Amino acid sequence: MFADPLLLARAQFGLNIAFHILFPSITIALAWVLVYLRVRIERTGEAWLKGAYRLWVKIFALSFAMGVVSGITMSFQFGTNWPGFMQKAGNIAGPLLGYEVLTAFFLEATFLGVMLFGRDRVPAWLHTLSSFMVAIGTSFSAFWILALNSWMQTPQGFEIIDGQFHATDWWAIIFNPSFPYRFTHMMIASGLTAAFLVAGISAFQLLRNAQFEPARRMLRLGIVVAAVLTPVQIFVGDLHGLNTLKHQPAKIAAIEGIWETGRNVPLLLFALPNNTERRNDYAVAVPGMASFILTHDFEGEVKGLSEFGDKHPPVMQVFWSFRIMVGVGMLMLLLSWGAIWQVFRRKPSPRWMLLAFAGMTFSGWVAVLAGWLTTEIGRQPYLVYGVLTTAEAASDVPASHIAITLVGYAVVYSLLLVSYMVVVTQLAIKEAAGEKTPEPVNPAFQSGIA
Amino acid sequence: MDLPLIFAMLMGLAILAYVILDGFDLGVGILVPLATPDEQDMMVASIGPFWDANETWLVLGVGILLVAFPQAHGVILTALYLPVALMLVALMLRGVAFEFRAKATGWHQQLWNRLFFVGSLGAAVAQGMMLGGVVTGFGKGALFVGFELLVGLGLAGGYALLGATWLVIKTEGDLQARALRWGKGAAFLAAAGVAAISLATPFASANIMEKWFAWPRLLWLSPLPILSAAAFAGILISLARLQRGQSRREYLPFVLGVWIFVFAFAGLAYSLFPYLVVDRMTIWQAAAAESSLRFVFVGACIVLPMIVAYTLFSYRVFWGKARSLTYGE
Repeated sequence: MFADPLLLARAQFGLNIAFHILFPSITIALAWVLVYLRVRIERTGEAWLKGAYRLWVKIFALSFAMGVVSGITMSFQFGTNWPGFMQKAGNIAGPLLGYEVLTAFFLEATFLGVMLFGRDRVPAWLHTLSSFMVAIGTSFSAFWILALNSWMQTPQGFEIIDGQFHATDWWAIIFNPSFPYRFTHMMIASGLTAAFLVAGISAFQLLRNAQFEPARRMLRLGIVVAAVLTPVQIFVGDLHGLNTLKHQPAKIAAIEGIWETGRNVPLLLFALPNNTERRNDYAVAVPGMASFILTHDFEGEVKGLSEFGDKHPPVMQVFWSFRIMVGVGMLMLLLSWGAIWQVFRRKPSPRWMLLAFAGMTFSGWVAVLAGWLTTEIGRQPYLVYGVLTTAEAASDVPASHIAITLVGYAVVYSLLLVSYMVVVTQLAIKEAAGEKTPEPVNPAFQSGIA
Repeated sequence: MDLPLIFAMLMGLAILAYVILDGFDLGVGILVPLATPDEQDMMVASIGPFWDANETWLVLGVGILLVAFPQAHGVILTALYLPVALMLVALMLRGVAFEFRAKATGWHQQLWNRLFFVGSLGAAVAQGMMLGGVVTGFGKGALFVGFELLVGLGLAGGYALLGATWLVIKTEGDLQARALRWGKGAAFLAAAGVAAISLATPFASANIMEKWFAWPRLLWLSPLPILSAAAFAGILISLARLQRGQSRREYLPFVLGVWIFVFAFAGLAYSLFPYLVVDRMTIWQAAAAESSLRFVFVGACIVLPMIVAYTLFSYRVFWGKARSLTYGE
C-alpha cells in the first residue's frame, strides 16, 4: 500500500486541500462579518463593537494567513501531483485558475494590508472600502474555484482533440450543471462555519466572564445567522443532491449504499457497506425512504452500484462521510433553533447552551470536510467525471519522494493547526479578561502584526 | 498575434516582480536574527502590510505557467518536486509566523520567531535551487546538486541585499546603521551568486554557450555584465556614503539592487529563450490551445492594470518610514 504512488499522491493532495479549505471556510464569511462591524463602528461607534472588532480582525488575519500559505501550496500541487490533469485538461482548468489569481488573490491580498494596518493612514470610508474589497475578493475566489471543481464533476462545453480537452463554450464551462448548487452550498457552509465559530468563541468567553458585552452581542449575531442559514442549507443541500442524482447517479448510489437498482429503496440510517461482498452489513433502514427523498415517490426507481461495473466510488467512505455531514447539520439546526428561542424571549443563554455552543465551535469544519470528502471521493475513479480517470492524471514522481514530503506536510500542518487553535483560544481569553492591550514597550509585538 | 510569446513575457514579468517584491521581504526575514528583539519588530513592521500581496506574484507566475503552458507545468514541477516541496513548507512556516510571532505567548513566540527566519532562508535557498535546476535542464547527480545549492545561497544573498537596502529606506537610527552594514555583506554574497550562475549556465548547454560567446554577439551582450558590475560598485559606494553621512539618497542602494535583479533576469531570459525546458520544450510546443489563451488574455488586459494601480496605492498608503503596526479601532 505504501508503495502505491497513486494512493500516496491522493493522500498528499487530499491532506493539503483538506487543510486549506478549513481557513477559506472561515474567512469567506468572516470577511463579511467584519465589513458589517466596520460599517456599524463608523456609524454608531458603540463600545462593544470596537471590542468585538478587535478580537475578530485578529482571528481573521490569522485565518487568512493560514489560507494563503496553504493555498500557494495548492497551486503547485496541481502540477507536482497531477501533471496528467494539466496536460489533458489544462486548456479548461488553467484559465479558471488564472482568473482566480487575477480577480481574487491580488485584490484580497493587497487590500488586506490596508484593512489591517491602514486605519490611521486612510480616511474612514476608504478603510471600510478596503474591508469590502477583501470580502469581495474572498467571494470571487470561491466563485472560480467552485466553477472549476463543479466542471470536474459535471463537465461540459468542451471537445476532445488528440486526447486533449479544448474549450468550445466558456459560459457552459463556468455555469456547468452542478455549479449553481455547489457554489451556493459552499457559500452557506462558510456562513455556518463562521457563525458557529463566532457563537462558540463568544460562548466560551461568556463562560469565563458572563458580563462581557462584546461576547453577548456576538453570540446573538452567531445564533441569528446560524438559525437562518441552517434550514436554508438543508433545502439547498437537498437540491444539490437531486442535481447529483441526475448527473452522477453512481455517487448517490454510494451515498445511500444502494447496490442493486430497485423501487421502494430503503433509507439506511446505519450500515457497514461491504465492498467485497457487495452488500450492507448490520443495516438499520427506513423502508422506501431513499426512493421518496430522491424521487419524491415511494415507488420511485433508484439506480444501484451494479449498473456502473467497477466505475463507482468506494462505498464505505462516501456513505459515512455523507452521514457525518448530515448529522452535524442536524445538530446545528437543533442548537441554533433552541438558542434563537432564548434570543426571542430576551433571556440570557443558560449555561448548558453556552457549553453546547463552545463545544460546537469548530463543528463547521467537520461538516465542510465531510461534505467535500463525500463529493470528491464520490467522483472516483474519475478526476473529470466520465472522461479522465485519476490514475491517468497521476505523476511518475517516485513513491519515496511523495511519502517523504507527505510526512513533512503532515508534521507542518499538525503544528499549524494546533498553534492556530491555541492562539485563537488565547486571544479570546485575553479579550474576555478585559485586558486592554498595554501601550507598547515593544510596539509591533504587543499590538499584533498580521 | 503570437499569444504564447506574449504569455511567456507576462510570465517573465510576473516572476521578475515576484523575485524583487517578495525578495525584499524574504531578505528582511533572513536578516532578522542579526537584530535585537525591538529591531526585529520594526523590521517585520516594515514588510507586514506587503508580504501577502508580494507572494501573490509567485502564484501568478506559476499560474501563467499552468494557464499558458500546461504541457511544461507538469514536466517542470515534477522535475523540481523536492525543492518545490521545501519552498512550500518554508513559505508556509514563514507566512504564518508573521501572525504567530505577534499573537502567541511564551516559548511559543520564540519558536515562531526562529521559524520566521528559517522559513525565509529556506524559501530563498529552495527558489535558488529551482533556478539552478531550470538553467541546467534538470541535470542529476552530486555536481548538479552542489551547483543548485550554490545558486540557492547566491539568491539568498541577493534577497538579503534587497532586504537590507529596503530597511535603509524604511528605518532610522541604529537599525538603519546596521542595515547599511548588512547591505555591504549581502552585496558580496549576491555578486558571487550572480557570477557563479553566469559562468555555469553556458556549460550546461552548448546552445546557450553558442548564444553568448559567438562573435559578434558577445560584443552587444557585453553591456549586461558591465552594467551589473557597475551596479554592484554603485551599491557599495552609496552604502558607504550613506554611512559617512555624505549622502541622503536612502533609496539609491535599493534601486541599484533592483537593477541587478533586472540585469540578471534579462541575461537568464536571453539564455533560455525560447525554451521552457532547456533544449527540450519551447514555449510554442508547451502552449495551451489558442481559444484558452485568448480567453485569459482578454481578462488579463483588463485586470492587470487594475492590479498594478491598487498595488501602487497600497505602497503609497504605507509610504515613508515604518511605524509599529496596529490594528485601528
